[in-house]
Amino acid sequence: MLVLLILHLVAAVAAPLLVRRWGPRACYLLALVPAAAFGWALVRTPDVTRGGAVVETYPWIRELGLDLALRMTTLSWLMTLLVGGVGALVLGYSARYFPPDALGNSRFAGVLVAFAGAMLGLVLADDLLLLYVCWELTTVFSYLLIGHSTERRSSRWAAAQALTVTTLGGLAMLVGFLILGHHAGTYRWSELAQRPLPGGAYLVVAVLLILLGALSKSAVLPFTSWLPVAMAAPTPVSAYLHAAAMVKAGVYLLGLLTPVLAVVGPWRPVVLIAGLATMLVGGWAALRQTDLKLLLAYGTVSQLGLLTVVVGVGTADAALAGVAMLLAHALFKAALFLVVGVIDHGAGTRDLRELSGLRRTAPVLTGVAVLAAASMAGLPPLFGFVAKEAVFAAFADQPLVLAVLVVGTVLTVAYSIRFIWGAFADRPGADATDLGRIAPSLLAPPALLAVVGLVAGPAAGALDHLLRPYPELFGAVGKHLALWHGLTPALGLSALALVGGTALFALRGPLAPVLARLRWPVTGQQGYEWTTHRFDRVALNVTSVTQRGSLPQYLGLILIVLAAVPGGAVFLIEPWEQPLELWATPAQPVVLLVVCVAALLAVGATRRLTAMLLVGMTGYGTAMLFVLYGAPDLALTQFLVETMTIAIFVLVLRRLPERFSTRPLRRSRWIRRAIGVIVGTTVAALAVGAAAARQARSISEEFPHLAVEEGHGRNVVNVTLVDIRAWDTLGEMAVLVAAATGVASLIFHRSRTGPRPRRREVAEDDAPAGRAVWLRGGATLHERQRSIVLEVVTRLISHTAVLFSLYLLFSGHNAPGGGFAGGLVASLALTMRYLAGGRYELVEAAPIGAGTVLGAGLLLSVGGGVVSLIADGTVLESTRVDLWLPLIGHFYLVTSLFFDVGVYLVVIGLALDVLRSLGAEVDRHIETAGGSGGGLAGQRGEAR
Amino acid sequence: MRAAGANLVSFITIGVLVGCGVTLLLERSLSRILLGVILIGNGVNLLIVFGGRSGEAPVVGVSDEAAMSDALPQAMVLTAIVITFGFTAFLLAISYRSWYLSGDDEVPDDIEDREIVRRTAQHEVSAADLTGEPPTADPQQVDAPAPPREEGPG
Repeated sequence: MLVLLILHLVAAVAAPLLVRRWGPRACYLLALVPAAAFGWALVRTPDVTRGGAVVETYPWIRELGLDLALRMTTLSWLMTLLVGGVGALVLGYSARYFPPDALGNSRFAGVLVAFAGAMLGLVLADDLLLLYVCWELTTVFSYLLIGHSTERRSSRWAAAQALTVTTLGGLAMLVGFLILGHHAGTYRWSELAQRPLPGGAYLVVAVLLILLGALSKSAVLPFTSWLPVAMAAPTPVSAYLHAAAMVKAGVYLLGLLTPVLAVVGPWRPVVLIAGLATMLVGGWAALRQTDLKLLLAYGTVSQLGLLTVVVGVGTADAALAGVAMLLAHALFKAALFLVVGVIDHGAGTRDLRELSGLRRTAPVLTGVAVLAAASMAGLPPLFGFVAKEAVFAAFADQPLVLAVLVVGTVLTVAYSIRFIWGAFADRPGADATDLGRIAPSLLAPPALLAVVGLVAGPAAGALDHLLRPYPELFGAVGKHLALWHGLTPALGLSALALVGGTALFALRGPLAPVLARLRWPVTGQQGYEWTTHRFDRVALNVTSVTQRGSLPQYLGLILIVLAAVPGGAVFLIEPWEQPLELWATPAQPVVLLVVCVAALLAVGATRRLTAMLLVGMTGYGTAMLFVLYGAPDLALTQFLVETMTIAIFVLVLRRLPERFSTRPLRRSRWIRRAIGVIVGTTVAALAVGAAAARQARSISEEFPHLAVEEGHGRNVVNVTLVDIRAWDTLGEMAVLVAAATGVASLIFHRSRTGPRPRRREVAEDDAPAGRAVWLRGGATLHERQRSIVLEVVTRLISHTAVLFSLYLLFSGHNAPGGGFAGGLVASLALTMRYLAGGRYELVEAAPIGAGTVLGAGLLLSVGGGVVSLIADGTVLESTRVDLWLPLIGHFYLVTSLFFDVGVYLVVIGLALDVLRSLGAEVDRHIETAGGSGGGLAGQRGEAR
Repeated sequence: MRAAGANLVSFITIGVLVGCGVTLLLERSLSRILLGVILIGNGVNLLIVFGGRSGEAPVVGVSDEAAMSDALPQAMVLTAIVITFGFTAFLLAISYRSWYLSGDDEVPDDIEDREIVRRTAQHEVSAADLTGEPPTADPQQVDAPAPPREEGPG
């Protein structure tokens, strides 16, 4: 069985290629795959008919106790035959149905085969979870098949509706399965059915949920609406999914579970009421349709209601009648759909008001259709008659149900006649519709199905023998399938139904107003639309309340939550116990006062530059605090970063307006300040609480020891960065690379990696011959833009700065410094050269791309990690290498130095990208804009 | 020697820095938002560092191990400082782009969100809905018959 499933999978994957190569003809080849399933089931018939089962189990997910447990009993044997047989016929039919060059052919073939495979898995699954997986797979594939004509809105709508409804049911069913399996201790149905199920409320809930899944899949009320809508699918799809296979999945599930679950309280009432109502409503609606396919669709709905009743009621006689009806319905309904496909294909319409005279122009097709429709109406000697007789006989002791069934059958007879009359009869005053030559490959599949329906009637006795093991699950079977039982009440009811149906059809003229008016007050479609509409409205309302679109509002809300929840908790717990001392050293309050005043002034500042400098002052103050605290590395980094930040801020501020735009709303300003005060107080309280909260020993007490022993370095902070917590640093480098790339892509309109503008050649002439001029880029600047002081200072200290940065990098392992500080110093040297010499000088200073530097840095760090993984088996592990060089003498290298070099390069790369983007590229924008304000907005303003 | 860290004035400073930062963060101008982020960053960095023990520089051989300041929060804050720098550069680039395109660096209300608010007020249903509108006006007549030859030639 697993081989068959794999075969379907392989064929589904290969199908698009085959169809692309040979066109739709490849479907003939693909049809062999479901045919193989059919053939296999046929071969294994003897194993099943004796009441046994074909079982295969493969371990799948051990942790979940989920196996690929496959099991074929009578019911799944029958379904396998249908799924395989009808699948093969439909695929063969599709080979001629679709135009050879139509879009989506290859997808269609693949999805149809995949659907057949999923359906096969569904009916063969013994494990309920596996059954669920296949169930949802059929849902997904049916979505793709119904939505085959992707360019048509109705098609997409129908696909989405089918998906929504059946997935809803499927999820409910899954929950039902989980409840059931949890209480029974197994998901294997064959085991579960043997165990005594403990009763209780859980069982009722599980049964209701499972019924929800089964009924929605089989389009039984109140889930009917998706099936008629799904008629937007191509006709072969309707024939397969909506007659033989997918809609039968719900019925199959009922049939599988009924022997055990029919005794549970709500099962029978739900099945009977929903099924009978569906039968009547569907049959009545079918009488109203003018589209042949819709007529069949409502007929299918009606028949599915009937099947639900017969299969779900849970008596032995009804079970026998149910499987017979299942077979009969698949045969005649698939045939009829395929006939409609032929008509649609040839005439370009399937509206029965436009078709006329087909009985003369297409006699063979007419014969096939009459045969199938007669089986649907329950005319002897067809198999439909046998099945209907069995149904009536099985419900002989339930007169109320029987009466409804007879009324439903009257409707079935009436719409069967209406179908034949509508498709093939002559319309007065209309020309005969010409279908042209009907390809044998289009005619053969429906003809075959119809003939099987004809042969199966007289052969009912043999079928009875084959199907018997299933009803025997319920106990002794009193009835037999046969064409002739003698003059029984069931025969009388059959005759009554035929007469009644014929009369109903004959009276269609007088009844027309009733038909038009007597409708279900709320159609399923309206219900579906109302429900989805309500969901949309609720979603809109919730979104519009929570998402007003204002960033300050969002942030304000988040901050208020921060103040209320963790802040509230802090003030409730009051974790501070001992009184805090005011300050440690006299220097501290002085620095803190400066920081606080600068921060407060920055809030009120109206000029961008002022605000920026005040914020910078808090940064330098923070660095001072780090010095007092005893953190030289932090202080160094903070000083350098603050300087870099001010530099790039100035680069951007030269373009932005001098002052912030004034905000007219006074009230909102006070709200902002209030939130600021509240959040500030909260964070201060949190800080006090956090400082007093430590109970365990800090892991960092081990760090000095670890740094020397494992990291071979004495600067604990640097060793922490490049060794102990190197993963964090690696992540941070990735953030820096992302930020650098982001900056560049926001500023550059063109590619950043293209040829960089080199110094203009005219500048070459200015240089005195024979003497190398340093800071040559400066010559390109306008005289008024040059600053002699800056140029001289740059000449004096920029090389020194680069040397110093290297010193910091190499000594950082044992003394304050390291890759970050070194990289920042080098970046400052670059910034200085750019400021003094302009954008051409920047290229002179760093003639390689920022991306290259970033990439090299990341590569070095990651590469170091990989090397240590290969060498030591641990990522980012340091090793000490002792070396000796002349002049320097004995020294040692730690491999984590390479990691630090990577950090150094990434920081420089970031700075380069920032300078290139916010510096050089913005320079170019200014030059391009000339004297105007610049910016696209400015240009637009001037154009106006 | 925990005194240089956890004391009243430093906590007040953390509060002032964060409070001022939040006030700026709630503005509309991107430059002010950025300054707010930097202020909050400084405050939080101080908070993290002050969570550890203060002391002498954590360099083995220079300071006594018992008197050393806590290295772990320092390492964390060091990366935080550099990340703040990257973030600053990125936000500055956004400010510049915003100015380049619209003439200022204000953050406007999200247009999509405003549209949703407007639709709710006018009781419209989203057109972005997967299903859009029903196939035809009459739900019973679901799909018009296919136009001639749409599904295939004869």
